[in-house]
Amino acid sequence: MELIFEKSQPGRVSSAHLNHFSGDFKDIPEHLLRGGLPSLPEVSELDVVRHYTQLSTRNFSVDTHLYPLGSCTMKYNPRAAHCLASLSGFLNRHPYQSVEHSQGFLACLYELQTTLAEVTGMAAVSLTPMAGSQGEFAGVAMIQAYHQSRGDLNRTEMLIPDAAHGTNPASAAMCGLQVREVPTTSAGDLDLAVLAAMAGPKTAGIMLTNPSTFGLFERQISEIAKIVHQAGGLLYYDGANLNAILGEVRPGDMGFDVMHLNLHKTFATPHGGGGPGAGPVAANERLKAFLPLPMVAQERAGFRWLNTADCPQSIGRLSAFMGNAGVLLRAFIYTRLLGRSGMRRVSQFAVLNANYLMQRLTEVGYTVAFPGRRAAHEFIITAKPLTLAYGVTAQDIAKRLLDYNCYAPTVYFPQRVPECLLIEPTETESKQKLDEFVEIMATILDEIKHNPQLLKQAPLKQVVGRLDEVKAARELDLSLISD
Amino acid sequence: MPFIPHTSQDITQMLSVLKIKELKQLFEEIPKPLSRNQPFDLAEGESENLVTRLMQEREPKVQPGSHFIGAGAYEHHIPAAVWQVASRGEFLTAYTPYQAEASQGTLQLVYEYQTMMARLLGMEISNASLYDGASALAEAVLMALRLKAGKAKRIWVPQTLHPAYRQVLKTILQPYKEFIEEIPFLNDEGYWNPQSLKNRATEDLAAIIIPQPNFFGVLEEVDALTNFAHQQGALVIGVVNPIAMALLKEPGKWGEKGADIVCGEGQPLGIPLASGGPYFGFLCCRKTFVRQLPGRIVGRTHDSQGRTGYTLTLQTREQHIRRAKATSNICTNQGLLVTAATIYMSLLGGRGLQNVAAVSHHHARLLQESLTAIPGVVSVFSRPIFHEFVIRLPMPVNEVLKQLARQGLEAGFSLVEDYPQLSDCLLVCATETKTQQDLLRYQQCLEQCLNNK
Repeated sequence: MELIFEKSQPGRVSSAHLNHFSGDFKDIPEHLLRGGLPSLPEVSELDVVRHYTQLSTRNFSVDTHLYPLGSCTMKYNPRAAHCLASLSGFLNRHPYQSVEHSQGFLACLYELQTTLAEVTGMAAVSLTPMAGSQGEFAGVAMIQAYHQSRGDLNRTEMLIPDAAHGTNPASAAMCGLQVREVPTTSAGDLDLAVLAAMAGPKTAGIMLTNPSTFGLFERQISEIAKIVHQAGGLLYYDGANLNAILGEVRPGDMGFDVMHLNLHKTFATPHGGGGPGAGPVAANERLKAFLPLPMVAQERAGFRWLNTADCPQSIGRLSAFMGNAGVLLRAFIYTRLLGRSGMRRVSQFAVLNANYLMQRLTEVGYTVAFPGRRAAHEFIITAKPLTLAYGVTAQDIAKRLLDYNCYAPTVYFPQRVPECLLIEPTETESKQKLDEFVEIMATILDEIKHNPQLLKQAPLKQVVGRLDEVKAARELDLSLISD
Repeated sequence: MPFIPHTSQDITQMLSVLKIKELKQLFEEIPKPLSRNQPFDLAEGESENLVTRLMQEREPKVQPGSHFIGAGAYEHHIPAAVWQVASRGEFLTAYTPYQAEASQGTLQLVYEYQTMMARLLGMEISNASLYDGASALAEAVLMALRLKAGKAKRIWVPQTLHPAYRQVLKTILQPYKEFIEEIPFLNDEGYWNPQSLKNRATEDLAAIIIPQPNFFGVLEEVDALTNFAHQQGALVIGVVNPIAMALLKEPGKWGEKGADIVCGEGQPLGIPLASGGPYFGFLCCRKTFVRQLPGRIVGRTHDSQGRTGYTLTLQTREQHIRRAKATSNICTNQGLLVTAATIYMSLLGGRGLQNVAAVSHHHARLLQESLTAIPGVVSVFSRPIFHEFVIRLPMPVNEVLKQLARQGLEAGFSLVEDYPQLSDCLLVCATETKTQQDLLRYQQCLEQCLNNK
């Protein structure tokens, strides 16, 4: 499809957006002014609406397709949350608007803080991190600040399982910590003996996802907490997989000291084609003094922002204003729609769907990575036997799924499992939709056995075929050169 | 059950496939002592009808034309078409385009965005977005430190930079805090005077940060500052307002060689104020720096039949591949806001964007003139401005703000807390959204308030 620039005609302008201008800019010295107009498209409003509407149809999305992308929790995003957070008063409120005129907005944030503390079993919550990785950064910085506040200055290492999300080691490194990888056993559990040998006076803490990225509940979590705490370290919980345990077990009760939540996963805010997310951070009594600012407090006179004077030990600010406030409102609305019982059902049905799908795919003939274990909200199948027998890879299966109008699961993560597909159906898909997916996967298995070449060529029915990624990286073309 | 479609028959069938009797058995791997038996201490859920009522009651009241706060977030008119199209489910409910063939809409759009930002700022390349302006600046500084590979580490941060941005730098650059040096501004001019640099030791200087316009709305001498930094072998990081760049000299042309890295807050490009977010941060740089550029990047390529397509590229910089050695921990960024900004820039074009900049500038100058005509109100800085300015008031600023707020007027941003030397000063902004009547009303309300003191 043509680029918007290629639809440009010199002199064409969408003039409804031109304001009357009677001034000048003689007060600005010549050397501070721009020489000419920026070279942007010259198109009509209809050109723009048509171009981007057509582009949108070249996307798969939750609204249009099954989207079982593991680790990303692509559940239905309720329209009410989007519409109500977009009421004009919320959209037009300036971040520095007076507290007196913002009590309703602050009430929403305060109640969301309280709700998230309750569902995680933590003492306090700061909503400000703008995505999971910023929440991780905040949590790790809080752990460092805690050790420093006690004069415990030599804790320079963060322990991280080899199966962890890549953001975990990247966040620890950004905070200036050394990353030490802890191996996992073939059963998918953390290797306790190795952990016990690694934990010591240099240990700042450990970062864990539970259920792990294998889609398995870490059964030894209490022992892990004991080992790390006894060594003087703290426990960070990566909330990416919280959709598996809401109401069944809380990170605070498992022994975690600090954690983040991904509101764009568990709390159903739209993923937006790659954000915005929101990654609130929650902490127990020991760490809550270090939470990032701003936060909202409730007093007799009403709600107000907490500042550095209130929280002198805070690690500080992570965004210019209040983080992704609009995402927080959407999550708040979702919690009000679900309430106490609805919140618990989320995980019951997310886990039911994952286990049902895992069982059905096993019956069809796919190989599950951890047979005999209960799946959490997601599970892994490995294409390794198919690679050996027919030369078909996980990537080939992913691409073929697109031809059946189904977005692909996450592939090649976690790296520990060869040729893996990480599948997360979420609770908002019906049994009938899962059965359809099983049918598609059965058809694909048949194609693998009888016509493996077909999968190598997939996708065949999309607007483009498999793209040359090597060329993209070697001959970088990142923007259209001006003519 | 909100958003869970299962019928009781579905549940029975699914449990029987799993050979279990009740949902509780799905969680049997959770150790008994940890397993939670009591319900959450939360209210029960409510219907969409009642939640709608709640949000309508809580919605802030904002009268059109009544607020004059800028300070890093700016009210501009957003054409209706922007969010009508950006809110389409195909944009709204997709995710990071890992499967390129099923994500060409988002990918081509990001390629167009990268092109527009590079052209607007006069830079060679752009990434696909970061979280916001402040965190983008922190990433720009980290990038500069990597480019200097530990050989030079000092970063000059002018106090004319947004105070919240400086706070974010302190948080995110905690491991480098001893190398961050704040540079004071000249009190009567409100800018970073290049003359003041001559006597400052530049040993170990890695980069300087130049805001344009700066936090006070004042224009910096970008050419002289850029040349000075380059003479010292330091990198130049520009922090700019993207709307202003349609009127002011683009960073790629600053001084002899242009800025090296440019970042800023993308909010003015079609993103609603929305209490501070979600916005998006932009980041552009020289092409030779691309391997140190954090965040997603989209490249153009083709498939085996020669059809043009777009894909995420250079992923070996990123956390999901490089882990602890990645350029940043960023994963999810601000895709939807980039979608809106791309549509906004297409609708306005170069001419529309410059019109918004020029009218905003004009309105700010008119307001500055009329407010400083009130006895006792003076303009604090003498330098040229973009669309914001600082005035000194003859009574305590916070008292004035409170009184005007009672009349529904949000009069500006008080500088009391961030700049002790500007304790009786107010930062005021006017953009193209204000009418002559709005400007007049502000003057009348302020005059009345000061007369009643």
